[in-house]
Amino acid sequence: MVAATPPHVGASRFKGRFRRRREGTSAVMDRGTIIRWVVVALLMWLVAMLFLAPFAWMVASSLKREIDVFRFPIRWIPEPVTWANYTEVWTGTYPLTKYIGNSLLVAVARVVGELFTASLAAYAFARMQFRGRNAIFVLYLATLIIPHQLLLVPRFILYREIGIYDTLWALILPGIFTVFGTFLLRQFFMTIPQELSDAARVDGANDWQIYWRIILPLAKPALASLAILAFVWSWNDYETPLVMLVSEANFTVPLGLTRYIDEGGGFSAALIMAGSVSSVLPVVVIFLILQRQFIAALARSGLKG
Amino acid sequence: MAAHPSESVINPVTPGRPAPATGTRARRRSPLPSSWLGYLFILPNLLGFAIFTLLPLAFAFAVSFANWDVISGIDGIEWIGFGNFSDLLRDGNFWGSLKNTAVYVGFSVPLTTLAGMGVAIALNGPIPGRTILRLIFFIPFITNTVAIGAVWLLLYHPRYSPLNNGLRNLGVEDPPAWLASSTWAMPALIIIAVWAGAGYAAIIYLAALQDISPDLYEAANLDGATSWERFRSITFPLLTPTTFFLLVTGFIGASQSFGLINLMTEGGPGRATTVLSYYIYQNGFEFYRFGYAAALSWVMFAGVLLLTLFLWRVQRRMVHYE
Repeated sequence: MVAATPPHVGASRFKGRFRRRREGTSAVMDRGTIIRWVVVALLMWLVAMLFLAPFAWMVASSLKREIDVFRFPIRWIPEPVTWANYTEVWTGTYPLTKYIGNSLLVAVARVVGELFTASLAAYAFARMQFRGRNAIFVLYLATLIIPHQLLLVPRFILYREIGIYDTLWALILPGIFTVFGTFLLRQFFMTIPQELSDAARVDGANDWQIYWRIILPLAKPALASLAILAFVWSWNDYETPLVMLVSEANFTVPLGLTRYIDEGGGFSAALIMAGSVSSVLPVVVIFLILQRQFIAALARSGLKG
Repeated sequence: MAAHPSESVINPVTPGRPAPATGTRARRRSPLPSSWLGYLFILPNLLGFAIFTLLPLAFAFAVSFANWDVISGIDGIEWIGFGNFSDLLRDGNFWGSLKNTAVYVGFSVPLTTLAGMGVAIALNGPIPGRTILRLIFFIPFITNTVAIGAVWLLLYHPRYSPLNNGLRNLGVEDPPAWLASSTWAMPALIIIAVWAGAGYAAIIYLAALQDISPDLYEAANLDGATSWERFRSITFPLLTPTTFFLLVTGFIGASQSFGLINLMTEGGPGRATTVLSYYIYQNGFEFYRFGYAAALSWVMFAGVLLLTLFLWRVQRRMVHYE
């Protein structure tokens, strides 16, 4: 890729605009460069500590006794450490275990369903000829910029009519048929060489076999991207459950967490923080394990969109 | 953009096969055996798309011309033509929410983008602990809205705010009342938005920075360019497509979210943080004015569309592609 970039672009732009300093010294660091580098590194770590502070405070408070939470100066390492907050939010009045079960169910169902319907449709859009294909695809794209709000009210009414309001289906079903997933996979399928499908077709493969045996295995990175994004979005979604769920038994993690906030005085800051840490932890773990794929997924969802 | 890795797969396959060109021509000459198969492939997705997106969309269109609360059932629909739209022009709360949206989006999105660019450029250099730094900036982005709301509600606590205790220690005598103050509630929300979004912008910028050829910087170094000159003449121009992408998606995203506001301020104090998206939510699900909420949503859609088109035009004039 480096070779593909015409090197003269930069060179010509700079020629004559800057006084030439000692030639050939660019590889050697002089003292000014080192000092600047140290300053940037220190500054960066300082900013990072500020960014980390709310999160660190969340974790520290979750391990404190209620009376210690707001004590100042802040004790970043709690003393004494108590795990009672976690026991309470996991198994107490509003048990996170139940909400985590619901969240997992919704997220897994959405990921599996979306991968299936989106990859099938993406294959058709990228690889098959049929009348109206482009018109349908444009229709898909046009709905990408429609505000979520516009669909909120009519979906609410629709779900009541078809009987999925206040059930987990209200979260799962719309998550299975997404335009975004279809679009993301279609863009990737377009980059898979047509010759591969042609060769398979000559060997007598039909579209289903080409889709299943050639395209899907080659598209694993894109499928992984979609799976990661869909899982995290589903796990973190607060606004859809807020509108679509009322029964506490169906609550997902974010909605369940609000139980510890809404009733203000009744609950403790330490409990809220323990609940928050518990809700974030699974996503952080996924990020730590799949860091490279995660970042690739974000880059893919963004720049090729 | 770099050549896609899968393109290298061509070579092992093609030698034993007829030349690719003939293959393509043969396929074009005889159209696929059964075009209905294509419909079969898109059917599952299309069916869901029709039920969960197109149908609601049509309904949102219809109901924006009606006066309707869901409680009175379908019979309770009262058609009022453009009544909702003319109401909205006279609705001071609508204009107020529009102004709040402009302030919230207008500050939070550019600041987030700028912060992300700074972080990305710093992380692109030889800084010790880059992986850890990247994780630190990224964690807020993968944190759910409720956890974010919870921790900041406590940090901004009216009486015990650890943030204000820290500020007092730094010599700020009279720190802001944050969420309790109609002046500071909006900045408080903007701070959270920047904190939560900068890591994402940084990740996208980092990917773009890796696409800039090091040759450019080497050439600039040979010419004795300072780091500021390198940034102004190479980095910044070559990042403009990314910047525009982040601004456009940022504007679209930020103008729609209402979760944090619902959680932290419920639009207050007074109406200080009632943005349009939250006003729509209130009309729909607190006042049950569904027709009015739908009309407001269309106005929002028009606004987002206009802004996108405008930015797109600016981009065409300004963006540098390598």
